[in-house]
Amino acid sequence: MFNSEWRAKGKGSEQLYIYLVLLVFVLAMAAALSIIGVVIVRGLPAISREFILGMPRNRGIEGGIFPSIFGTLYLMLLTAAFCLPIGVMAGVYLTEYARPGKLLSLVNGAILNLAGVPSIVYGLFGLAFFVMFLNLGSSLLAAALTLACMTLPVVVTATREALLAVPQSYREAAWALGANRWQGIRTVVLPAAKNGIITGAVLGLGRAAGETAPILATGVAFLLPRLPVVPNDRFMALPYTIYIYATQIPGMPRERTWGAALVLLVIVLAANGLATAVRAGKSARR
Amino acid sequence: MKNVSPSSTVNESDPIADVTIRPMTAARRQAMDRTASLFANTAGITLVAIVLLILAFMARESLPLLTRMNVWRFLTGTRWYPVSIPPTFEILPFVVASGLITVWSLIFAVPVGLAAAVYMAEMSPDRIRLSAKPVLEVLAGIPSIIFGLIGLLILSPLVREAFNLNSGLAGITAALLLAVMVLPTIISLSDEAIRAVPRDYRDASLALGATQWQTLTRVTLPAAGSGVKAALLLALGRALGETMLVLMVAGGRITVPTGIMQPMRTITATLATEVNNAAYGSDHYRALFGLGLVLLVATLGLSVLAEKYAEKGRRQAGLGGGATAARAGGGAAGQGGTTGV
Repeated sequence: MFNSEWRAKGKGSEQLYIYLVLLVFVLAMAAALSIIGVVIVRGLPAISREFILGMPRNRGIEGGIFPSIFGTLYLMLLTAAFCLPIGVMAGVYLTEYARPGKLLSLVNGAILNLAGVPSIVYGLFGLAFFVMFLNLGSSLLAAALTLACMTLPVVVTATREALLAVPQSYREAAWALGANRWQGIRTVVLPAAKNGIITGAVLGLGRAAGETAPILATGVAFLLPRLPVVPNDRFMALPYTIYIYATQIPGMPRERTWGAALVLLVIVLAANGLATAVRAGKSARR
Repeated sequence: MKNVSPSSTVNESDPIADVTIRPMTAARRQAMDRTASLFANTAGITLVAIVLLILAFMARESLPLLTRMNVWRFLTGTRWYPVSIPPTFEILPFVVASGLITVWSLIFAVPVGLAAAVYMAEMSPDRIRLSAKPVLEVLAGIPSIIFGLIGLLILSPLVREAFNLNSGLAGITAALLLAVMVLPTIISLSDEAIRAVPRDYRDASLALGATQWQTLTRVTLPAAGSGVKAALLLALGRALGETMLVLMVAGGRITVPTGIMQPMRTITATLATEVNNAAYGSDHYRALFGLGLVLLVATLGLSVLAEKYAEKGRRQAGLGGGATAARAGGGAAGQGGTTGV
């Protein structure tokens, strides 16, 4: 349980402290992991083919949650479409194009600040700017743009770190072959950093999939008669469905709420797993 | 949040093997690079623009009301009657509730998180550390709505029994869950900060005859202080901005709470509850944006402060540590950049 330096431990009371630290670590991990355990145990009984693929009936008390799953995935796709190009290009700007100066420090400051903005404030901003000011209405589009703003700092940071890890010699090799800066970036630097960028993007989008507050006022609905088709449509989403199931529908069987939570958890964990696999796949090739 | 910064992300499988660069004139090549440069700059500027737009729109939607009423009353008054005639908008109950829950959640989370980080950074064998990192990453990604659900259906009855309350939906339940929720953030970032302390510090202390434990408490931890402070401030910001969890379990009573055992409603919970009920452009709508502005200013202040400490931590790590330590410190701050999400 201890590395070589700590295996010798210490004298008397110190030894006690050291074991206490280990105990706290184990308890902290156990507390956090039990969250996942509880959702799986309580949610599993609700999972059936109809629950996943069916339409809701009787305010969700019967039937399935397919529209919510569909809405969440659609929303992710749109969010990715907005935040990936801008996020990756901003990462390229930070590592490849930026010169030290005012603009660079402004951009760095902006990334830190964006990451610190609470999700509900993104929701208010989305309502005031995308829904009302740009007149996009309550829609998938407005919600995706709001989530994209929120996910941008994750994508930019991941891209920057991945690009920084590409050795300078790769760029120099490209230049020596006659590539200019952009050709070097597109053909050598970005492909070399691909795994890191994908990992960060998938993690960020997984987080966005679980968010409720930013979509609350920008387009999510609890019950809609049909699936969203164009980005102007309103949509249903898993986190909001869970919230309504848990708090607003009297007579809702609890295992259905847990079931919906389990499906959301699986989506988020799958994103995490995918990110880890991308990273591991790269180290395996080494 | 973290570990999106893998230092080993380079795809080394022969990157230049199948690259073809089309022949073109020098002028075209230059134009292409200029266009790319323009796009990259635009993307960077977009980030700045989004921050400015958020600030501008929070102000634009709230100022018409705030300039009309006494801002001091808005901040320190205790009556929030948004639909009465005439309505009253005073936000102290929410500010106090947010403060109470946030502070208590950190009281629970900080000792546990720091001890766990110390174990991971200093005492654990590589095997455990390397498997704990992805687990923490997964835990940090669990949606807050799921924490809320667990609070509502499982924890609140237990809390009601344990503290003999009328309802388990109270500040204490929210604070406990929030503590578990920010734990991964505290552990990961503090772990990075502790590991960024240069090896030489420990060696010097051990060479002077100090035990491992003395070295840890008197040399390593103080040296990691700035980085750890940055981690805690980021956790604080995250707890303050958390919405769905406190909305579902904190109880929702609109009075100034005098203790953590009472039901209460935070700034974020108020925003989430009422944002869809307030007509666009109404005073209620503007008051909600004023409330959001207060939250935004508080969290921005926290991230600026956190960055200041992270910067200081990086400088200290850079002093004696050489390239590796400096990188690790930079990593911690980089993750800081993504934690709030």
